[in-house]
Amino acid sequence: MRLKAPLTAVSAALFGAATVGHAPSAAAAAAEVTDLHEGAGRDLTVGRCIVCHSVEYIPSNAPAMNRAAWQKTIQKMKDKFGAPITDEEAKQILDYLDANYSGKSG
Amino acid sequence: MLTRREALLAAAGWIAARAGADQGVPAGASGGDELLGALPGKKPLIQRAFRPPNFETPLADLEPIHTDNSVFFVRYHLPNIPRIDGATWRLQVGGPSAQRALALSLRELKGSFEQVSVDAVNQCSGNRRGLFSPRVAGVQWGNGAMGNALWTGVRLRDVLHKAGVAADALEVVFNGADTALLPGTPDFVKSLPIERALDESTLIALEMNGQPLPHWNGAPARLVVPGWTGTYWMKHLTEIRIQPAAFDGFWMKSAYRIPTGAFATARFVSQETSENTPITEMLVNSLITSPTPATRLRRGEPARLAGKAWDGGAGIAAVEVSLDGRQSWREAKLGRDLGRFAWRQFQLPLDTSRSGPLEIAVRARSRNGATQPEKLTPNPSGYHDNIVQTVRVEVS
Repeated sequence: MRLKAPLTAVSAALFGAATVGHAPSAAAAAAEVTDLHEGAGRDLTVGRCIVCHSVEYIPSNAPAMNRAAWQKTIQKMKDKFGAPITDEEAKQILDYLDANYSGKSG
Repeated sequence: MLTRREALLAAAGWIAARAGADQGVPAGASGGDELLGALPGKKPLIQRAFRPPNFETPLADLEPIHTDNSVFFVRYHLPNIPRIDGATWRLQVGGPSAQRALALSLRELKGSFEQVSVDAVNQCSGNRRGLFSPRVAGVQWGNGAMGNALWTGVRLRDVLHKAGVAADALEVVFNGADTALLPGTPDFVKSLPIERALDESTLIALEMNGQPLPHWNGAPARLVVPGWTGTYWMKHLTEIRIQPAAFDGFWMKSAYRIPTGAFATARFVSQETSENTPITEMLVNSLITSPTPATRLRRGEPARLAGKAWDGGAGIAAVEVSLDGRQSWREAKLGRDLGRFAWRQFQLPLDTSRSGPLEIAVRARSRNGATQPEKLTPNPSGYHDNIVQTVRVEVS
C-alpha cells in the first residue's frame, strides 16, 4: 500500500485548506511525515493515528517508550481522545509499535 | 550522496538540515539532524509535528531581544485551525459569575478599552522536554518552544469589569476557535484563577511586536499571561466565561499538571489535589545562544558568551558564569531591562588565550532569590527543566 499520495490529499483537505493566502517557498514548505518502519500492522497504525495527528510522534517518542507505555498511550487515545480503535486493532497497533518503536528497556 | 532518510525527505519536499546547534546533549531532541519545515507565513522552523502543527524556533533565531513573528514557535493541540475573519469575529464574554454578557468586535476592543503593551516571554510548558533524562513522552521539544515579544492589546481585567464580576467568581475559562476532529476529543479549554485573570498584566493581545498577531500565533486575539507558561495563553480567543466553580475539562484536570508541592511557584488552589496541581509560573532559567558546540573558538581571538535569562515575573537579578568546572562564578553583563516579564540578555567576554576544551556553565538568579538547580526535578510530563546550562567548546 502506498500511503504518501492519499495522505497528502488528506493533509491538504484538513490542513492546507486553513492556510490559503500565503505562498510558501515550495522547497521549505512543511509536509506530513508518513514513512514509518515496514512491519505487520504499520498501515493500520498509520491509518488510525493520522486521523488526529501526524506520526512524527511515534519515532520521536520511541526512546521514552516500551510495551507498557505504548499500551497506556493507545488506551489514552481511546478513552480520553475518543479514537475509534477496536480492541483487536489496539492489539495489532500495540504489537507494531512495540516491535518497531520501543526504545526503553523494561 | 543522500541517505535513505534524506532521499525520502527530499522526495516529500522537505529540507533536511542541522538546526542551529544544540547544548551539548549527545542524544535526544537536539542531538541529531533536525527537520526544518515552513508553515505558510513562517520561516523554516524545527518541525516536531506537522499536524497539529508543533514547530520550534531554531537557536540562532533566539538571538535578538525580540523573537521575530516569522520565527516565533507554534504549538497546537487540535488539528482544525480555522483562519478567522477579523471583521466578523466576536469575543463572547459571560458566564454564571458575569453580570452581563458581551459580544465584542475587534473595533470595540481597539476603541473602547485602553491599549497597553507588555514585553513578555512566552514559553511552552514542555520546552526542553526532549532533553529530559530519562526520556519523557510528549512533543520532544528542544530549547526553542519559547520566545520574547512585545504584546499589545487590552487588559483582560478591563473587559471582565465591563461584563461585571460577581462576588462568587472563582475561575475565568477561555476557549479558542481551534477544534478537534473527533467528537470524543476534548476541546482545548483552559482556566485561570480569578485573581490571575484580574491581574493588570494579563492581556487580550491583538498585536505582537507591533504587527497584528500571525495566524499561527493566535490571530486575531490571544490571551497573554506574563510569567505563566504558554498553556494559558489561549490563541484565537472566542469565549471568556466567569464562573463560581472550578472548570473540570480534560486540559485542566488531566493535562499540564505537576506534582503538588514539587516546585516553588504560584498555587492554583481551586484546581489542586493532594497528588498534583496545574503548572503555573515559569521557573528562573537561562539559555546560551552563543557559543554553540559547533562554534570554533580560535586561540587568541576575541570570543563572547551570550544568552538570555528569564523567570516567572520577579525579574532577573544576575547571571553567573563558571569557566572552571563550577568552582568559581563571575557575573555576566546584563542587557537592557525590558520589564520583569521579558527575558534579559547577558554576555561575557571569553578567555581564549589557552587552547583546549572549555566548559561554560551559566545560572541565572531571580530577584526573588531563586536560582537554577544542578538537577532536574522529575515529573511525569517533563516540565520545568531549568537546570544550570552548559556548553562545551574547543579552543584551538
